[in-house]
Formats: sequence, structure tokens, C-alpha cells
Amino acid sequence: MTSLADVTSPMAVLPPEGARRLLAAADPSLATHRATFGPMPVPLDLVRLLDSAGLTGRGGAGFPTARKLRSVAERGHGVVVANGSEGEPASAKDRTLLMHAPHLVLDGLALVAAAVGARSTYLVTARADVAERVRAAAQERGDRRPVRVAAVVDRFVSGEESAVVNRLNGRPGVPSDRMVRVYERGVKGRPTVVSNVETLAHVALVARWGPDWFREVGTDEQPGTFLASVSGATASPGVYELPYGTSLGQTLRSSGARPGDLQAVLVGGFHGAWIPAHDLEQVRLTRSDLQPYNASVGAGVLVLLGHDRCGLVESAGIARYLAGQAAGQCGPCINGLPRMADALTALARGHARPGLVEEVHRLRGLVAGRGACSHPDGTARFVASAMRVFADEVDVHLGGGCSVAAAR
Amino acid sequence: MSRLHVDWTRCDGHGSCVELLPELLERDDWGYPLALGSLEVPAALEEHAWHAVDVCPLLALRLLA
Repeated sequence: MTSLADVTSPMAVLPPEGARRLLAAADPSLATHRATFGPMPVPLDLVRLLDSAGLTGRGGAGFPTARKLRSVAERGHGVVVANGSEGEPASAKDRTLLMHAPHLVLDGLALVAAAVGARSTYLVTARADVAERVRAAAQERGDRRPVRVAAVVDRFVSGEESAVVNRLNGRPGVPSDRMVRVYERGVKGRPTVVSNVETLAHVALVARWGPDWFREVGTDEQPGTFLASVSGATASPGVYELPYGTSLGQTLRSSGARPGDLQAVLVGGFHGAWIPAHDLEQVRLTRSDLQPYNASVGAGVLVLLGHDRCGLVESAGIARYLAGQAAGQCGPCINGLPRMADALTALARGHARPGLVEEVHRLRGLVAGRGACSHPDGTARFVASAMRVFADEVDVHLGGGCSVAAAR
Repeated sequence: MSRLHVDWTRCDGHGSCVELLPELLERDDWGYPLALGSLEVPAALEEHAWHAVDVCPLLALRLLA
């Protein structure tokens, strides 16, 4: 285990206590940032610290950050991109973090750039107010090589790493074929780290207080905190910083939601999966607990479904949205996603016909694994989850009814 | 064993690969190549697979080691 002794810079400031870490500063100014978190640390071996901390990416895929950095560091002359694209409509955590704590993200970006030997850094966002806040923060810092802030289109697949790289290279911001990875050839042909902005903020904390502190909350398997975007059937939607490993029920209560009011929770966003209400207390937000549902915490999106909405109708709406968000490059996705969404919609609207359920499942199989990015796979996974979790409702709808409409 | 890789951003469902490799591929609902089983290419079909790679008009097909 690495200890605080491995972090060389003198730490004038004690670490934040409890699970409020990323959002510990009261305002976004540099003065408050420094008063809360202390000066920029100078870690001896950042990648080793991140490895010991077990930090994983917070953009959805959950890849180990240390491994990502090593693959660029060993190639040299790299580029680091802070990814704040946040194309997921139910996610608000990246823009919330950037508006509240831009300096924590910029610290992490500078630390990662130093660790991998990168000279150029970028931050991408789809929002003008966020870009403005980051530019102002960068100016406040007076860095020698300031971050370049670039706009991406507000679209579901804009944040996929090759889409981000394409955008920065002056091409349309859509995903590329995965034969060449961005850590080999990315921005301007150089090895590129594309890292979610929340991940970078955690880097800034691990560099200050070390892996043991980082692991004080969360689980061994998934240490630390994450930012959850909670929306849907709750009186208090918003972004909450929570430790991994608490039960979904407890997590919802600490955000002010009432698990008893819910039918199901969509975990991991529109490419995620539904967890039915009767499992909320036993399922913890960890990789292993969510795996049986084919779900993961992903980028921390939790969408709450109340008793007043039909899960099948809501899911069909999401499937239609996802079909419309295809980048329009890959045939099976362009054609298959709308067909799959149409079949699910027909089911949801009670337009049952023989073979409709089988058709949904056949189209799932037809689109999965057949695109440049994981958009068809994620959409197919979501539809599979809807069909499984709302199986009873599927039966009711096949008979022309709807339990929720009947209860009104 | 080598494996076929389709660059879906290039493929427009021209279909020459499906004609040359009927043992491995069929057309999906929209004409795009669909693996009958997996995209692994047995040694006996490798020659045909290379040919399919060569004739793809959009350079969308690759054979990976």
C-alpha cells in the first residue's frame, strides 16, 4: 500500500471528511479551491498512486485510469483531453462539477499531462456556460500552457472518445472504427488520453491525499465516491456525491427520494438497465451486485420510475430517442435501432401482432456488436432489460391493456 | 485463426463479401453482411476471405491475424 509519505508536497490542508469530496469547496474561485484543497501537489509517481487507489473512469466504461495513462505515457508526446461532453440526457454531473469545481478538474488535467509527458491539454463541453466558466478558471490560474476549451455538439454519442478526437481534429464529432485506438493515434495523430472530467477531479484528490485516504469510502472492489445524477420520480432531483457500495435504496434515500414510491430505477443511463423496486434494498451500487442485471454504475445516472408511469411506455420512448441519436454512419444501427424502437413502441401502445415480442428480441440480436461504437450494443442492452423487468407489463399490453392506465 | 473485421462506418451493404464467403456471411434485413456464426475464418476459407477483402469497393473489410 502507498501512504501519504509518498506524496511529496507539503499538505497544508486536511482532506475533506466523509463522502463530500469533489463538491467540498463552497464556490468555484481559485482562492476557495486552494483554501479547501491546498496547493497543487507534486506527486512522485502519479500513475502508481492511481493504481493503488483503484481509480476507474467515471465516464461510463469504468476503465482503470492508471492503465489508460500508462499506455499513453510509454508512447510519449501525448495529448490529454478532459471530456465533459455529457451527451447522456439524464446526466448532469459533469456540468455540475465543472461549474462548482473547475479548478479541481484543471488540477487533475495538469497532473495527468505531467504524468504522461503531454504538452497539449483540451477540455470539451457542449455547453456555453461551462466553457465560459472553465475559460475564466484557466485565466485565473495563469498556467503557462493553458487548457484549450472546445465545443462538442450536444448529442448522445459526442462523448465517445474517438468522436471527441475527431471533433478536435476538425472533423465531424462522430465515432470512428475501432481498429486504431486513440491512445495510439488521437489528437493531431498523437497518443491521446481522453478522460472524463470527474475522473480528473478524483486524480487531483488522490495526488494530494493518497490512495489510502481515497479508499476510506467505497468498497475494495470499487473504492471512492462517484457523482450520481438523480432524476425522475423524486422531489429532489440533482447531483449527489455518494460512496460506491451502498444499497440502491439507501442511495436513493440519501438523495431525498423515497424507494417506496418507485416501480424501478434505471441505473447507468440510457445504455443501462432497470432494477425492479423489490431489489432496491439488496442491490448495492457495485460492479458485482449490478452485473446480474447486466447493469453498471456507469456514469452515475439514476432515473426513478414512479407508479404513475408505465415502464414499457417509458422504455419505448427512450428506445426511440436512442434510435434518433445514432450518428448515421453504420448500416445496422441506422436501420436496426428505429425498427427495434418501433416494435417496442407498438407493444407499448397495445398494437400487438403475432410475433411482435420475438421481433424485438431478434432485432436486439441483429444490431448488437455491429457498429463502430457501442451505441447499438447499449441500446440493445437497455431494450433487453426493459423486456425482462417489465415482462408482466408486456403480457398485459399483449392483451391490449396497461396496468398503469387501468389504475388511473 | 484470422478474423474478419467490418468497418461499419464504410460498409454500405454492397454485398460482394457475402457472395464470396457464403459459408461465413449472409445478408441482414438491409443487405449488410451478417455473420452466420462468428467472424473467425477457418484456414480453408482464408484465400476466399482475402479475395473478399480485396474486392470490397469501400475498403470496409479487413482480415486480422
